[in-house]
Amino acid sequence: MQLVLEKRAERSRTIALVSPLIAIGLTLVTMSVLFALLGKNPITALGVYFIAPLTDGYSLQEIAVKATPLVMIAIGLSLCYLANAWNIGAEGQFLIGAVAGSWIAVKTQGTEAGHWVLPAMLLAGAAAGALYALIPALCRVKFGASEILTSLMLVYVADLLLDYLVRGPWRDPAGFNFPTTAEFDPVATVPLLIEGGRLHLGSIIALIVVICAFVLLDRTIKGFEIRVVGVAPRAARFGGFNANQLVLVTFAISGALAGLAGIIEVAGPIGHLQPGISPGYGFTAIIVAFLGRLNPVGILIAGLFLALTFIGGEQAQITMKIPLDVTKVFQGILLFYVLACDSLILYRFKLVFAARQVQSGAG
Amino acid sequence: MMKRLLGAAAALLLAGSIAGVAHAADKLKVGFIYLGPIGDLGWTYQHELARQALVKEFGDKIETTYLENVPEGPDSERAIEQLVRAGNKLIFTTSFGYMDPTLKVAKKYPNVHFEHATGYKRDKNMSTYSARWYQGRYIQGQIAAKMSKAGVLGYIGSFPIPEVVSGINATMLGAQSINPNIKVKIIWVNTWFDPGKEADAAKALLDQGADIIMQHTDSPAPMQVAAERGKLAFGQDSEMIKFGPKAQLTSILDTWAPYYISRVKAELDGTWKSEDTWGGLDSKMFEMAPYTNMPDDVKKMAEETQAAITAGKLHPFKCPVVGQDGKEVECKGGDHLADGQILGMNFYVKGVDDKLPGK
Repeated sequence: MQLVLEKRAERSRTIALVSPLIAIGLTLVTMSVLFALLGKNPITALGVYFIAPLTDGYSLQEIAVKATPLVMIAIGLSLCYLANAWNIGAEGQFLIGAVAGSWIAVKTQGTEAGHWVLPAMLLAGAAAGALYALIPALCRVKFGASEILTSLMLVYVADLLLDYLVRGPWRDPAGFNFPTTAEFDPVATVPLLIEGGRLHLGSIIALIVVICAFVLLDRTIKGFEIRVVGVAPRAARFGGFNANQLVLVTFAISGALAGLAGIIEVAGPIGHLQPGISPGYGFTAIIVAFLGRLNPVGILIAGLFLALTFIGGEQAQITMKIPLDVTKVFQGILLFYVLACDSLILYRFKLVFAARQVQSGAG
Repeated sequence: MMKRLLGAAAALLLAGSIAGVAHAADKLKVGFIYLGPIGDLGWTYQHELARQALVKEFGDKIETTYLENVPEGPDSERAIEQLVRAGNKLIFTTSFGYMDPTLKVAKKYPNVHFEHATGYKRDKNMSTYSARWYQGRYIQGQIAAKMSKAGVLGYIGSFPIPEVVSGINATMLGAQSINPNIKVKIIWVNTWFDPGKEADAAKALLDQGADIIMQHTDSPAPMQVAAERGKLAFGQDSEMIKFGPKAQLTSILDTWAPYYISRVKAELDGTWKSEDTWGGLDSKMFEMAPYTNMPDDVKKMAEETQAAITAGKLHPFKCPVVGQDGKEVECKGGDHLADGQILGMNFYVKGVDDKLPGK
C-alpha cells in the first residue's frame, strides 16, 4: 500500500479557499506541541501570540504600522508576479525611494519651505522607485537579461548609495559624525493619525493602494491583460497583448509602490535617513505576496497576519520568556504549511493498494 | 459560540496580565533591548552576562526581561515601548542605533528611566553610558608592534564611526610608540556581526602580509582564522581565548555588570539621575583579558602601560597628535585631545595608510 500524489484534472476551488485555513490549523497544532515541549502552556502561549495583540489599541496600531510597508510593497510585487515578471529587488526600490524623498527633506531643512515638502517627498520617492525598477525591466526587455538577478543585485547598489550619503554629504553636522541625517522638519514628516500613537497617514495610503489594485485587477482591461499574460502567455500574444510592455508597466508600478513605502517609512516612524532603515521589508513582502495568493485583499490580510506574529512574538518574549527563535520557527512553519497545502489545489492524495512492479536488475 | 469562546479567552488573558502586574508591583522591572542574539559570544553576550549578574545581585527585588535581535530601524521604538507597557521602569537599550527611538519613547513616558549605550543624546529620564575602549586599543597597539615580525597589522573595521576610528588611531599611536614604521591594513566589513564576512576579512589581511589580527567586530571568527593559520590576534568584547588558545594576546572585555548594578541600585534607592558616563580602565567600565602568548617582557610592558593609563599618567591621545595630512591636530583638552574630539573623531593619525570612507 502506498500514498501517492495524483494530479487533479482541474484546480479544486474548495481546496483553494480552505487551504490557508488548513495551513493555519496545522501550524497551530504544531506550535502547540512545540510550546508543550518547551514547558509552556500552549493555550496561554497561543493567546499571547494571536489574541492579546488584538485586544488593545496600542498593539492594533503597531500591527498596522508594521504591516503598512509590507502590504504596499507586496501589492506591487503581486502585479509583477501575476504578469510573470520576477521583481526580487523591492528592497532596493524601497531604499532608493527613501533616498530620493529624503533628498528634498535634507535640502529644505531649516528653511521656510511650506507644506508642499511632504507631498513632493512622496512623489519623489515613488518616481525614484519606479525609475529604479525600470532598469532591470528594460534589461530584460531589451537584452533578455534575467530580471531576477539584476533586480536583486541593484539592492546592494541602493544600500551602498544610501550608506555613502548618510556618511558623507547628508550627515548631520551636529551628530558626532555618526551616519545619520538630522531629524526631518515637521513639514517633512508624515502626520500621525492618533495623538501619542504611531499610526500614521501611510496606513491610509496603503489601504487606498489595496483598493486601487483590487479595482485594477478585477475591473479593468489592463488587469485582465496582466492576468492573461501570466497564466497563458501564448494566448495573450494571440490576443495582441504586449508582454514586454507589461513587464515595464508592472515593474514601474511595483517600484513606485516600494519607493513610496520607503519614503513613508523614513518620513514617518523613523524621522530621519540612516543605514538599516529596512529590516528586510522588500524580501518579507515577497512572502506576504504569496501568502496572500497574489490577491489584493489576501495580501492585506497576510500583511496584517505577519505583522501580528511579529508583535505577538515580542509580547511572548516579554511575558512568557519565549525566545525569539520560536517566533522565527513559527513563521517558517506557517509558510511551509501554506505551500504544502497549496499543492493540494492541483494534486490530491491517493492510496494505491497494489505495489507497482519494480524491474529487477535496476540496481 | 466562537465569539463567546474568544471573549472568554480574552477575559482570561486580561485577568492573567492584571494578576501579573499586581504580583510584580513590589518588584522593580528592568528591561533590556539587545542588538544581536544572546549567543553571539560578543557584544550582546556581554550585556546578557551583566543582566545575569543583576539577577544574582538583587535576586527577588527585581525582575528582568530582554528582547533580543532587535533591528536598529523602526522596529526598535516599538520594542522599547513594549517593554515600557509591560511595566519595566528601568530600560537599557544596548546599541548606538537605538538612540533616537529611545529618546522618542523617553519623551512619551517621563516616569520611566532609560539607559542608552554609546550614544550622545540625553534627557531628564535618559542617561548614556559607554567605555573608553581606546585606552585598551593603545595597549594592544604596543603589544602588536612588539609581537609583529612583518611589521604589518591587520585590522577589521565594522563601520567608520568615531568609536571605531578612534580605536584605529589609538592602536596606531600605541604601535608607533614602539615601532615608528609600523603599518596597518584595514578592511571595512560594514557589519558588527557576520562570522562569514569577518573570517573572509581576516584571511584577506593575512594573505596581504599582516601577521596580527585586530578586530572591531563582535564574532570570534577572526580569532579562529588566526589560530588556524598559526598567527596572533586580539579578541573583542568578550574572552575569546577558547577560540584561539595559542593565538589570543589579550581581549578588551566589556564588563557592564558594575555599572548596571550601580544604576539598578540607584533606581531602587530612588536616587537615579540622568547622567553621561564614559568610564575607562580606572572605573572598570571595561577590562583587559589576561596577557597571553607573549614573552614576559612584552607582558610586563603591557601591564605597565595599563597601570599608567589607569592612574591617569598616560593618555593615548596625548598632544601633539599629528593627522594623516601631516598637520598637528588642535589640542583642546590641555595636554591631550578633549573628550569631544575623541567622541567625534573623524580623521586618521599619521601613518594610517587608508582613506576614511565618506571623506
